[in-house]
Amino acid sequence: MKWLVLSLALLAALLAAVTLGPAAVPAGQLFHSAIFWDLRLPRALLALLVGGSLGAAGASLQSLVRNPLADPFLLGLSGGAGLGAVLAIALHLGGAWTLPLAAFAGALLALGLVFRLGLVGGSALDPRVLLLGGVAVGAFCGAVTTAVVSLAEASALRNAYLWLWGGLSGASWDTVTLVAVYVPIPLVVLLAAARPLDLLTLGEEPARYLGTDVAVTRRRVYLAASLLTAAAVAVAGVIGFVGLIVPHLGRALFGGRHRALLPASFLAGGILLLLADTLARTAVAPRELPVGVVTALVGVPLFVLLLRRWTAA
Amino acid sequence: MDRGLILDVRDASFRYPGAARDALAGVSLAVSAGEFVSLLGPNGSGKTTLVRLALGLHAPHAGSAAILGRTAGQWPRGALARAVGVVSQREDNLFPQRVHETVRLGRYPHLGPWARERDEDRAAVERALQRCDVAGLADRWLWTLSGGEYQRVRIARALAQEPQLLVLDEPTASLDLRHEMELFELVRSLVDGSGLAAVFVTHDVNLAARFADRLLLLAEGRVRAAGAPADVLRRDIVEGVFGWPLVVSSFDDRPQLTPLRRQP
Repeated sequence: MKWLVLSLALLAALLAAVTLGPAAVPAGQLFHSAIFWDLRLPRALLALLVGGSLGAAGASLQSLVRNPLADPFLLGLSGGAGLGAVLAIALHLGGAWTLPLAAFAGALLALGLVFRLGLVGGSALDPRVLLLGGVAVGAFCGAVTTAVVSLAEASALRNAYLWLWGGLSGASWDTVTLVAVYVPIPLVVLLAAARPLDLLTLGEEPARYLGTDVAVTRRRVYLAASLLTAAAVAVAGVIGFVGLIVPHLGRALFGGRHRALLPASFLAGGILLLLADTLARTAVAPRELPVGVVTALVGVPLFVLLLRRWTAA
Repeated sequence: MDRGLILDVRDASFRYPGAARDALAGVSLAVSAGEFVSLLGPNGSGKTTLVRLALGLHAPHAGSAAILGRTAGQWPRGALARAVGVVSQREDNLFPQRVHETVRLGRYPHLGPWARERDEDRAAVERALQRCDVAGLADRWLWTLSGGEYQRVRIARALAQEPQLLVLDEPTASLDLRHEMELFELVRSLVDGSGLAAVFVTHDVNLAARFADRLLLLAEGRVRAAGAPADVLRRDIVEGVFGWPLVVSSFDDRPQLTPLRRQP
């Protein structure tokens, strides 16, 4: 029943995304129009994949670092990706794939650094060190990014700035295909770790006594969730709050079991980003808002509600 | 090997990295099926270290620790969780959970990463809930339970693992008299009823003496005394270990300690 509702919501969000837009397309001609095939449909599918990745990554990272306020970008990936993107723009590197590749490389660099820091205390990644390391690496990348921005010429950097706030306007069938092939791999790794993740929410020692190899689980989950986030940030920039809010909605509706929570968070994240992107495209048409602005505008009030529910309980 | 022997720690020594003295020095502990053994000793005497050593979380620097004949540290964690259920000292749920949900986690060691819960898993959960007398609480949220109910639920989760050995690390700390008694009686009945072996770490020397078959009294990482309660809880031994004057009396043929006041 819940899954049916979620699927229907997904269909409705998809329908809204492909029918609404600054250019009016008569309903009868929708399936014959280039706007539908070349612009709206790939963009909607990319929103679905990116939002879903952020939702699933957020749900697993919250359990991994044992912090319900963790977000996929908390662990420094946004800083690394931003630095990569800004460097590519400042150095005038050309080519359609340069920006996403540079962002992906930056995210991977941050991922590697944080991972290495997390191993300082031994083979089982320490969640506290991961969090602190993520914040430190993110802050460091942010400082370097600002330095690069302050030294580069202004015109190029408006793009970089807007990119940092997230957007799906770069969607094409190529990006959709690439992401659609990439995303299932870390997703399957996370799903395979669903039961160990359930146990990790009890704490490290109880999880061990219930049969979990904590070190292996933490490494797999951290890498898979971060690789999902890195792909999302590479093709769509930094989109905040999806990975923070969606897992809580998922838990409220589907409970805490990761076998249900991870797919539910993927679907809900996809729906949320589809709706946010539709709003970003249409609210101030013909101009467009960075979708990260919309998710923040919607996400912050939701987040406050969440905090209130927490402190009340 | 004795067929009923489940836990076998022999002359085990262990020192934490950077520590000045051994946390455990030449400690032996053997527990067989149907036996209830209680670990006693002052704070910092090595009880929890011994438990962690027995469960393969620490490797002994000297001596050995084996479960069912296999070196503790060599058990894969999943297989070990099917042989040994542990109620650890601390646990905190990150997200709210219901009683039946947390007890179902006890079946995870029996399930592969993709397998669905089978009828036998549901039956094992139901049995565990019944045996710990918490079936009526199955739909309650964990945070609405009393301390005693919560510990019984955690024991139910360990029983759902269908282990041969149950290890409880200070499960009665901060429980009131009735809940403490209920817990000791529960563990005793589990041991008597199913041939389970139990290692019960506690500070309640008197209840340990009433319920356990054997006691192991640790002091500063060494075994100060081991064996039947009457052989372990002798006045000279216990006064020395705890550094407090006391008298030993008897109740139900079991020794009972009464600490004396130093300032009358």
